[in-house]
This record gives sequence, structure tokens and C-alpha cells, in this order.
Amino acid sequence: MSIYLNKDSKIIVQGITGGMGSKHTTLMLDAGSAIVGGVNARKAGTEVELGGKALPVFGTVKEAIVETGADVSVVFVPPAFTKDACIEAIDAGIGLLVVITEGVPVQDTAEVWSYLQGKKTRMIGPNCPGIITPGESLAGITPHTITGKGPVGLVSKSGTLTYQMMYELKDLGFSTAIGIGGDPIIGTTHIDALEAFQNDPDTKAIVMIGEIGGDAEERAAAYIKENVTKPVVGYVAGFTAPEGKTMGHAGAIVSGSSGTAQAKKEALEAAGVKVGKTPSETARLLRELLA
Amino acid sequence: MDLFEYQAKQLFKAHGVPVSLGEVATTPAEAKAIAEKIGGVTVVKAQVKIGGRGKAGGVKVAKTPEDAQANAEAILGMDIKGHTVHRVLVDPGADIKEEYYVSYLLDRSNRTFLAMASYEGGMEIEQLAVERPEALAKVPVDAIAGVDLAKGQEIARAAKFPAELVDQIADVLVKLWDVFTKQDATLVEVNPLARVGDGSIVALDGKVSLDDNADFRQPGNAALEDKAAADPLEAKAKEKHLNYVKLDGQVGIIGNGAGLVMSTLDVVAYAGEAHSGVKPANFLDIGGGANAQVMADGLDVILGDPDVRSVFVNVFGGITACDEVANGIKGALEILGDQATKPLVVRLDGNNVDQGRAILNELNHPLVTQVDTMDGAADKAAELAAKG
Repeated sequence: MSIYLNKDSKIIVQGITGGMGSKHTTLMLDAGSAIVGGVNARKAGTEVELGGKALPVFGTVKEAIVETGADVSVVFVPPAFTKDACIEAIDAGIGLLVVITEGVPVQDTAEVWSYLQGKKTRMIGPNCPGIITPGESLAGITPHTITGKGPVGLVSKSGTLTYQMMYELKDLGFSTAIGIGGDPIIGTTHIDALEAFQNDPDTKAIVMIGEIGGDAEERAAAYIKENVTKPVVGYVAGFTAPEGKTMGHAGAIVSGSSGTAQAKKEALEAAGVKVGKTPSETARLLRELLA
Repeated sequence: MDLFEYQAKQLFKAHGVPVSLGEVATTPAEAKAIAEKIGGVTVVKAQVKIGGRGKAGGVKVAKTPEDAQANAEAILGMDIKGHTVHRVLVDPGADIKEEYYVSYLLDRSNRTFLAMASYEGGMEIEQLAVERPEALAKVPVDAIAGVDLAKGQEIARAAKFPAELVDQIADVLVKLWDVFTKQDATLVEVNPLARVGDGSIVALDGKVSLDDNADFRQPGNAALEDKAAADPLEAKAKEKHLNYVKLDGQVGIIGNGAGLVMSTLDVVAYAGEAHSGVKPANFLDIGGGANAQVMADGLDVILGDPDVRSVFVNVFGGITACDEVANGIKGALEILGDQATKPLVVRLDGNNVDQGRAILNELNHPLVTQVDTMDGAADKAAELAAKG
């Protein structure tokens, strides 16, 4: 088992013919993902040869779903076209929409979020590394070579910290690792992933990685206290970040007293979550809990 | 990007929001000339991107043009919470009858936008929110539905505006929503919004933050940038499309991925506690593709910081394998030649780590030290900075 993504997931790539799209489609195929095609209105009807496989390019997401039975779409289109690409996928009834694109205006993301209310689509991202169920499928850009299947579930705002933590715990392995993205508005939150990991029988322990900005970690802490019985360890990046400076991610900013790493750490600890000071200490805490 | 008050009010005006707006002066003489042109009472206001300027003495009423000149003299050059005042806005004086508060902002928790409004203005909004939360209306605004007249009326009523003012306030709210959406703002705030002598509603102040991600469709944003205030190293990094933030420590940091770099800053700061309190000198995320040129550009910016005494390169080889990163460092050192003068501590982990480390071992560069773990490398970099 896993969350959101497994070996049966049929994946299409929106923006498959672009630089990022084609590069990562090849890597996703390497990871074992069932990529069934791509979408590019201007190249509809053609095929694209990636990773030794000829993949059909469809004009619309709807057509791709009808022809292939795809239930996951990974979006690599540029920021200016991301909103339309998402709305098209939602209208076509995609189950899981993984938006890798970085630099999407927040008003566009807010519109997409509003649009998908009451519809069947789950969105992950934008500005995220996507999701990997090691040994089964990858929908995104997480390196599939770091580690394999195992008992740890991971949810993180940051891509490279996801990779770092997978590396620290590579001997244990992961049920699913999901990068939810560092933008102010995102489709899948820490809480969504925590709920899914709690309900996933193959996940025995959970690592939650947060960073400065917003109050998502504080709300996740409250959720954990009430609803999560599996062991959870946490890590928060940005203790030394100064006020008012955006640290790379659009959402990673401390404004006044809100959004500080210290406040997040305290909230998590108050919920019984052990919080590491560094990624390596966090990995050690998890090992102790699983031992 | 945060805007100055005068820029915010210029945007308000362009979208039909009634404002009280004079002109900007950078010298006392200019302030006097503007006050003469306006005639009557004026207000000289420090233009700084930080709150609390009134309390700091950055806003002064002038009865005459000579007063305006004297006020500008006092305010220009003033330091308000670390922000030096380089310009003042000389506004016409207003006959204020009542003061209100309105704003639109991003509501991250609810993944939508929020209108906040209060019939009781004239005080710090944070204070109002704490002391009299019932006086501050918070009304969610759907990103697609937006704010039309009916929604504006809903917000005005929720904020307890008396019936005879609701339509007037709603009209302003619709126009401010136009500012918010058309300019790709993440914050639009008016404090105070005032009812003046003739009964009209006027924005006396304005605060706007714009979404940098929307720069591609907001060609006007570049002109709003305060280039003079930007740190020269930050400006240089921006030219090279590097994600760099200047901090005030001694250990230069280069890493890939925002989260990992933030984490690196923390680990270095902890390590610094044992090494005379040295701290990270910057945030620099070189992103996924750490090729030689990007690495050289990054190192170039960091070595341009006179405070830097050692550099910590912390890269996790994910998509980009460690051998590519190692070649990037090698190439960067070749490109920089004699300009590379500070010790470099390199920690590589992840894809092809053995090949990557082998490349740097073979290079055997006198400035480069390799350490296998992030914690160990941070400690080494802090130690070298403390010595240097």
C-alpha cells in the first residue's frame, strides 16, 4: 500500500514535449512509472520517443483520459499557462494532479483551488517535487535511486530536504514520499498527507518536514494531537531566517512574530511530536521511535 | 515586492480609488515647492517600507510651505527601524471626520483571499484585532467570484458601517479589488480610509505588496522596484538569476533547493556557537542544475561579500548527480582563478556521490576541503570562518 500513487496509476504528462517535461518523463519511466502519454495541443496526434518508449501526444487531457484511462497528470507547463492546464485537467476529471511548475502567480493558484472545490481532483503543488511510491511509481522529479520501499511515510514542503531525509533513512525505505511545495497556496497540505499516512497500513512512522512561513505546521500539530496514532517526527527549516526576507520559496517568509520556525517547533512538540534540530538528528529520532 | 505609500496610492488612483495624493520630494526645497503648489495645509510623510513611521516622527502636518520645508528637513535622512528615509510624500491636508480600515490579503490557511474592514479606524490594526476583535470584520473572498457591488456591501455591513455609508464604502471596495487582482497583489491595505469634510471617502494612506511570480505579466513592476535600496550583492545576484539573500554573518552558503539551503543556514548557525559565534553570511539557492557557470556565478557573488571568511557548498545530488556538481565546482574554480581566495568546504551526498568526491580528491585544490556529512561540514566551515 501507499498513498495517492501506486503501480497501477496511469500517468500522463502535460508539457511532455518541453525540456523539463521530456527529461523528467524519461526519469519517471526509469522509476517504473506507467506513463501512458502526454498532452500538447500543438503536437496532437504525434508520438514522442522517451526512455525507449513511443508515447502518444494528445491534444487535450480529456482525449488522453479517454484513450488511455489515465488517472494522474503531471504538469510541467510554464507558469503563464499553468492555470489553464490545471483547469483543463480538472474539467477532464483527472484523479491526481501533480503540479511541478515553479513561479505560478498566487492568484492563479487561488483560482484553481476555488475551481476544484467539489470536484474529484486532488492537486499536489504547485512548485513541488511531486510524489514517489518507491518501487512502484513516481509522479514528479524526486530521484528514484535514493532508496526503496519501506515503512516510513514522508511529507515535506521542500524538495531537496525530502531527498536529504530519504537519503538519511535509505536503509529503512519509504511507503510514499510527498513534496507538497513551498507556495503560499497549495493543493495538498501536511494534514491531508498525515491523514492518508495514518490510514495506510504499510506506513509505520511518519516524517513531517516544514519550513518558515504561514501556520500550516501549527495546524498539522493540532491535527496530529487529535488524529494521528502512528509515531511522527518533525523537522522545521529556517530557525535563523530573518524577518521580512523570502527564503527561496514564495511562502517561506517570517512576518512579525508569525511563521517562525521556533513557534512551529513548539507547536509540534506540544502535540507530542519529536522535532530534530537538524535533518540528521531528525533521522535519529525516527530510528529510535521505530526501534 | 512591497511598494511605497506614494506608489500604492498612484495605483489606487489609476484604478479609480479616491485618494489624497500630492507629490514626492527628495529635498526640503522640493517639499516647499510642492506645498506651495498644493496650497493650504499639507502633510509631509516619510516614505519607508515599514510600519510605525507616525510614532517615529515620520509624519508631520505643515501649515505653510516653510513648515513643509522644515518638516522635510527633519524627516529626510531619518532612520525608522533601520530604514533610512530618502523621500517624503507631500500630501494635501485632509479635513478628517472619521477614519476607517479596509484591506484585502492572501489567506493562506483557507487558501483564498480575505477582506478585512472596520468602521473603527485610526488605530493600529494589530491592536484592534487583539483588543476589539468584534470590531474587525473578516470576510472570505472567493478568487473566482471576486468582489462585486453586492459583495462590497456585504463586507461594509459586516464591518458595521452605518447604512448611509454602505454604498460609498462598497464602491471603494470594488475598486480596491480591481487594484488587488489587476496588479497581482498579495496585500492591499488602506489605513486610514477617511470620510472628509465634504462627505466623500478618501484613501489617506496605502500599502500594497505585489506577487513577484506575476512579474511576467506585470511589465510595470520593474519600474516600481526601489533599485537604490537593494543590497549591491543582491542586485548582482538578481542579474545572474540567482536566488540570493544577504545576511550578516561570516560563512558563505551555497546549496541546491530552498529547503536544504534554509536548513544549511540553521546547521551552520548551530555549529557557529562553538566557533566564536560565526553565522551564515547569506542564503543562496543555485537550484537543480548546478553546472560550472552557475556555481561560478554563485561563488563570485559570495566572494564579493567582504564579511565572508569561508564558504560552505552543500549539495544533495538529486536530479543533478554529484559528479556533475563536482565538475561544476572544478570549473568554477578555473573560471574564478585568483579571485577565489576563501576556503571552501564541500559536502556532497546523493546520486553518484563516490564519483563526485573522487573528482574533488583528484583536483586536490588547496582551498577545497571535503567533509562527508552536513553537520561535519558545517562545523568545519564555521571553524575556518572563526580562524580566518
